[in-house]
Amino acid sequence: MNIRNLLSYLAWGIILVFLQVLLFKNLALFGVGLCFLYIILILHLPINTSPISLLIISFGLGLVVDIFYDTGGIHAAGTTFLGFIRPLWLRAISPTGGYDEDTEPTLQEMGTGWYLTYILPMTFFFCLIFFTVDQWGTLGFLNILNKSFFSSILTALLAILVQALFFKRRRGIL
Amino acid sequence: MLRILEFLYRLRALLLFVFLEIIAIWMVVRNNSPQGAAFFNSSMALTGSLLKTQADIVGFFNLAEENQDLASQNASLLQQITLLAPYDSISGDGLDSTFRNSYMVQSARVVGQTLRLSQNHLTINKGSNQGVKEGMGIFNQEGVVGRVKTVSNNYSVGISLLNTGLLVSSKIKSSDVFGSINWDGENPLEAKMLYIPRHVLANPGDTVVTSGFNAIFPEGILIGTISEVAPATDQNYLNITVKLSADFSKLNHVYLIENTELSELDSLYQKAEISDEY
Repeated sequence: MNIRNLLSYLAWGIILVFLQVLLFKNLALFGVGLCFLYIILILHLPINTSPISLLIISFGLGLVVDIFYDTGGIHAAGTTFLGFIRPLWLRAISPTGGYDEDTEPTLQEMGTGWYLTYILPMTFFFCLIFFTVDQWGTLGFLNILNKSFFSSILTALLAILVQALFFKRRRGIL
Repeated sequence: MLRILEFLYRLRALLLFVFLEIIAIWMVVRNNSPQGAAFFNSSMALTGSLLKTQADIVGFFNLAEENQDLASQNASLLQQITLLAPYDSISGDGLDSTFRNSYMVQSARVVGQTLRLSQNHLTINKGSNQGVKEGMGIFNQEGVVGRVKTVSNNYSVGISLLNTGLLVSSKIKSSDVFGSINWDGENPLEAKMLYIPRHVLANPGDTVVTSGFNAIFPEGILIGTISEVAPATDQNYLNITVKLSADFSKLNHVYLIENTELSELDSLYQKAEISDEY
């Protein structure tokens, strides 16, 4: 990853965090669907990113969002888990012939079908961890599942929408 | 030895993952305990000012409604003053401690908050420079909002009433029965009233106000009205649902209330070995 890529990722990350804490923080569909669009920063890092840097980036990003949400470390717990299972899930759903080096697992690069099988389980697991930690011992598991289900669908939908609307170019994000 | 190190090196991602998760969970637990506060929270200068800018922009569109609320509140306060004016000579001379005022009120604005989690917090645009202290009560003209948790120089973070960890001492106004208001994490419009014994007559529509027992809030600040009374699964207490009077989705101007005798009360409780979590 060269310095230009790094800067563009940084800028993209700042934009996503701003959007999250200023806009999506106040958004709740029917009281159960929350939107965590910022996690697509982790999901869209190049496929050959090392697991260690992935974990550190995830944890840092979660912590920044936590500060704005006043949630201590709930987002960090979720994003760290996301960073951990991302390589595993990428390996599990790798297309025949494997990935190209330095590919980003985005909608444009990989196509809609593959992208859906990638993003839906990932967002669901993030939401599951998030709501489990958030509601530890207060509400039942059914409530957690319910919220996770709708939140992950909303997040995935928004992720697809954002990419379809704003990223026409085939490569590069800014 | 080398083999062990090699083995650990191969597991480095897993180990780092477990380590980071433990840190995150530890921070959550620390943040949720009544005494502890997060190391990083939205009362930090940068976060606070960003949230304040947003609140300024959004607040601009609600100015008309806000003004109307303030005007109607002014009217009701004026009416109270005219009612109390004849007693001014009694309450003003300070001879009788019955009339001594031990609460200080100041106004503030909510600049950021969460609504949909189970541990909701709000950020307020005043901090220790403006005299805000930890443990002060937060309310607005509609009812109780929460309690201040952490204070920085110019901002502070409060625990919202919509936080499963906050208990507010309260009473049913008509029957003077004491209980505790606690949010169950489900519906941001309703909370539960705990510890009301079964023999008490509680009816839907009864008003619930603060009891003045926990020394954060004075007696009689509105919390909500009872919307449902059901026999609980637990044999001893009623299961009471209270419709909260404060509209948390529209919080803007709030009042911070400080009990100036809190330190005296605290030391008294300590002497009597009563633990009081505010």
